[in-house]
Amino acid sequence: MSEKKSVEQAEPLSVNEHLKTDSNFLRGTIQEGLDTAVTGSFSEGDQQLIKFHGFYQQDDRDLRNERKEQKLEPLYSFMLRARVAGGVCSPDQWLGVDEIASTLTSSNSIRLTTRQTFQYHGISKRNLRTLIQSLDSKALDSIAACGDVNRNVMCNPNPVESRLHEQAYYWAKKLSDNYLPRTKAYAEIWLGDDKVATSEGDDVEPVYGKTYLPRKFKMAVAVPPDNDVDVYTNDLGFIAVAEEGELIGFNLVAGGGMGSTHGEVQTFPRLADDFGYIKAEDTLKFAEAILKVQRDWGNRSNRKLSRLKYTIVKYGYEVFKAEVEKRAGVKFEPKRDVVIGDRGDRYGWIKGVDNQWHLTLFIEGGRIKDLPGQPLQTGLREIAKIHKGDFRMTSNQNLIIARVAAEDKAEIEALARSHGLMGKVITPTRGRSIACVALPTCALAMAEAERYFPDFLTKVESLQEKHGFLDQGIVIRMTGCPNGCARPFAAEIGLVGKAPGRYNLYLGASFEGTRLNKLYRENIQEAEILSELDSLFARYVAEREKGETFGNFTVRIGVVAAVIDAAKDFHGQTSHA
Amino acid sequence: MLLKELSSLASPLSSGQVDKLKQLTAELSAVQLAWVSGYLSATAEQGANLLGNETAAQSAPAQTITILYGSQTGNGRGVASELAAKAQAQGYAVNLASMGDYKVRQLKQETILLAVVSTHGEGEAPDDAIELHKFLASKRAPKLANLNYSVLALGDSSYEFFCQTGKDFDDRLSALGAKSLQALVECDVDYESAAQLWQESVLEAVKPLIETSGASVVPLSGSGIPGVAVSEFTKQKPYTAELLVSQKLTGRESDRDVRHVEIDLGESGLSYQAGDALGVWFTNAASLVEELLTKLSLDGDEAVTVGKDALSLKQALIEKKELTQIYPGLVKDWAALSGNAELLSISDDKELTRQFVRNNQLADLVTTYRAEVTSTQLLAMLRPITPRLYSIASSQSEVESEVHLTVALVEDEREGGARFGGASQFLAQAQEGQEVKVYVEPNKHFRLPENPETPVIMVGPGTGIAPFRAFMQERAAQGIEGNSWLIFGNPHFEQDFLYQTEWQQYLQDGSLSRIDLAFSRDQAHKIYVQHRIAEQGEELWKWLESGAHFYICGDAERMAKDVHQALLDIAVKFGGKTEEEAEAYFEQLRSDKRYQKDVY
Repeated sequence: MSEKKSVEQAEPLSVNEHLKTDSNFLRGTIQEGLDTAVTGSFSEGDQQLIKFHGFYQQDDRDLRNERKEQKLEPLYSFMLRARVAGGVCSPDQWLGVDEIASTLTSSNSIRLTTRQTFQYHGISKRNLRTLIQSLDSKALDSIAACGDVNRNVMCNPNPVESRLHEQAYYWAKKLSDNYLPRTKAYAEIWLGDDKVATSEGDDVEPVYGKTYLPRKFKMAVAVPPDNDVDVYTNDLGFIAVAEEGELIGFNLVAGGGMGSTHGEVQTFPRLADDFGYIKAEDTLKFAEAILKVQRDWGNRSNRKLSRLKYTIVKYGYEVFKAEVEKRAGVKFEPKRDVVIGDRGDRYGWIKGVDNQWHLTLFIEGGRIKDLPGQPLQTGLREIAKIHKGDFRMTSNQNLIIARVAAEDKAEIEALARSHGLMGKVITPTRGRSIACVALPTCALAMAEAERYFPDFLTKVESLQEKHGFLDQGIVIRMTGCPNGCARPFAAEIGLVGKAPGRYNLYLGASFEGTRLNKLYRENIQEAEILSELDSLFARYVAEREKGETFGNFTVRIGVVAAVIDAAKDFHGQTSHA
Repeated sequence: MLLKELSSLASPLSSGQVDKLKQLTAELSAVQLAWVSGYLSATAEQGANLLGNETAAQSAPAQTITILYGSQTGNGRGVASELAAKAQAQGYAVNLASMGDYKVRQLKQETILLAVVSTHGEGEAPDDAIELHKFLASKRAPKLANLNYSVLALGDSSYEFFCQTGKDFDDRLSALGAKSLQALVECDVDYESAAQLWQESVLEAVKPLIETSGASVVPLSGSGIPGVAVSEFTKQKPYTAELLVSQKLTGRESDRDVRHVEIDLGESGLSYQAGDALGVWFTNAASLVEELLTKLSLDGDEAVTVGKDALSLKQALIEKKELTQIYPGLVKDWAALSGNAELLSISDDKELTRQFVRNNQLADLVTTYRAEVTSTQLLAMLRPITPRLYSIASSQSEVESEVHLTVALVEDEREGGARFGGASQFLAQAQEGQEVKVYVEPNKHFRLPENPETPVIMVGPGTGIAPFRAFMQERAAQGIEGNSWLIFGNPHFEQDFLYQTEWQQYLQDGSLSRIDLAFSRDQAHKIYVQHRIAEQGEELWKWLESGAHFYICGDAERMAKDVHQALLDIAVKFGGKTEEEAEAYFEQLRSDKRYQKDVY
């Protein structure tokens, strides 16, 4: 091990590693940047550091050229993502979140993310501090919502098995709180706390150290049979194991991640490996051990190869597992049998075991905004004013009005209907499909996603209708780039942007999210995508086996090869066809 | 004066002499030129002394007519220069000078003084007249029993204190014992013909007082306006330039449409300095003229004459007449024509009329108050179209034969649609390559310090930023680093930060030391430039005490006054001055040309 390590250290560290080292625990020159009124942007170095504080610098790409002619700098704004473990917040918090969107963002909207939190788009630099203070006044924050740290921890919000959910949520919250950065930079810069004398010692960040992790780190807690959190796409996943309705432990999975780069075959999406069962009480021991192995072994020279998945591939499953067990002081037990099922949400009312009711609302693209005839944002505000339970954001960008007493159902439903939050027929495909934000704000986007996706889905629905299987859900996901925010490589039909109007078409993932998809056609436009799907749907209807999902069908008939070992298979021979 | 603009018209030299001078100087190096200028100046001084000694006994100073002007927009200077030319043509010796350059102590030696002075805002004197205006009212003012004078006052009758400064001069000179050659003439915005009459009648009136000195000696002291190019292209004879660019500067979501306009001066030889203004002739929008013709049931093809020109009514309205700015006389005429009681009562009340002409255009007037009118009546009522002045936003050191402007499209919503400012609409809609008639209007009261080491503080909210772009281009071209402070304001940072990327560049390369910004509508309470000045009071006071020049460009009515007040407060707070001392401090700065305004 030490040999390999020294070889790696010989390679020059990436720029970000120096930035972190020199940042005095994430302070950098953010404060000076806030005081510089002549620009709406931060310096290049600070643009990396602000991610650790929960936000990204973006600019309206539609306006870049126009503003250059106008002798104006790009229209910079910030995307801030909150940290909301498990996606649970109170109605009072929701009202705060809503007011901030209306007063401090130019998008005037709230966007539910694919990781159970919300984010704002269009925040100007001068409003950042006010916005973060407003969140703070509602006991919300954005610490480490982005950056090379443990991000927002996902947790199945399934309200049916509410006792189990509560126990799973307990662990999600604990994982979230435990691995927050300890630096006071956030409090100092945004909340105006007095500067704390900082030592350069490691005691400031006992888990992370002063260079934090090599890259982002994602955790999720799943409660079978639901796999709405897409547990295998995370760096670290905990699949709840219950006995008689009580949580006793987890099957731990590690090494998943979507991000990759077009044309660079050493990068690839990957699903997590099963490592075995751990007792609930050992959860933090294993989590910390894995974080620290990744901290010490992860690639700090090439950020494209620094996620945990590459560390595991590089060192090998067994070596990695042994190191984790050594550091945790506990061994993995054989994994328990669990059933991994649907990744979708259950729309409409569901009664939980505690006799409370839960209403799941479909929010297209996760975008909560007042639209003509559909004042979604106003509707949720009105509901929040009277709701006594809580709100739960799902990993499919939807919202659950949770814990409603039977006598309050009618009032809430009436509000939801009158504001366009309920009442539309959601096809099983649309209800399972997600897209990332992409253009115009995301700097990485190469093609449209959120803005275009609803129309695209309508066309796919027509094809399903034409072939007579509109009642069957297909998991379709679209992203503007291969970084994978909407987990496109775990979709039965994945569309990943290459250029405006052009996408790579991926097929063959399992319906449940237990197998990746594979590239089928590269760089094609809508007409070609639809014509491919048209003929595949025709074959599917004619040749499918009983109960066979679309993703499994495409693999069985050899349209694409199954991806079993992502490192080898994802970029391997495209198909047997 | 640049030699290429030197012509016999603008100098006391004959055209042959001008040619010889041009020939000589063309051969000289910069060092040689400097030596020659010193030589000539010494010779001239000796010559003047000789002449003085010789003539003192026999000829009284009465031989010289002193013509002074106080002018903000250049109109007063124009009238005074014309008068000087006419007087010279009649063989009189003339001393033409800006009131700002005139030594007040000389006043008691004068025997003939002809003054042209404009009035601004609420009866205020133009910057270059302030000192003389004050002096005449002060205890220091001498008895002027030997003085014969006449005053031409320029003003805008839509303002309450119409021609006030001219009236003040007339009253004060009279009170000091001077004899009026010709009663005060008050001119409205259409001053040209009244001014010509006055020029002719005062020259008649001086005849009995002086013997003509013949055409041989015509010392035109102060002819020049030092450092100001006298061009063959003037307001009356503008240069037909080519428009290169009319680029919107404000962002998509802005409430304002502000344009960056680039004009090619080609081979005209027109030159200007940072601080000068460009006069722009424009034509009225054809759509506006169509609207008027329809509303007035007039035939655009009807043949009419305007002055010496025979043309169609439509052409006359497009090219010859002022349609977007109306004036009290027109309101009065239209009220009489329409017989409308409401309009009649407006036209009888000065304040109501003032508001009316400010808020309405001709199209509004004829829409609201219907009247039958013939083309002849209409043309007689309308004033000739007048060019608009824009502070130049470029330096020739940077843009050579181009001239840049920063133009806000004047836009106002009406029930019947939008109304636009005549010239701003013309420039905003101009296509690349379109002809535009222009001339340079020098503004020697808005100049960078002569010493490049002197710090400058520039306050230019809105389109008031224009001359400071010229200043920064000039300073950057001269390689002057730092010592410069820009204070800018507008409604929104993202939409209205005029020339943002250029300021960023200047900050980065060190030409600009600091910038303070006031975006009034980016927060709940409005923040304007004067608030930033107050916030930075201590630092600003240090700059002033270290000799900084302070410049303001933009809105005269409110901004310049608020900024002035903020400055007074700073002098009190950080300079330990009383309010009177603070006033005196800035008065001194102004008179030292360290406090300059280009406000409108």
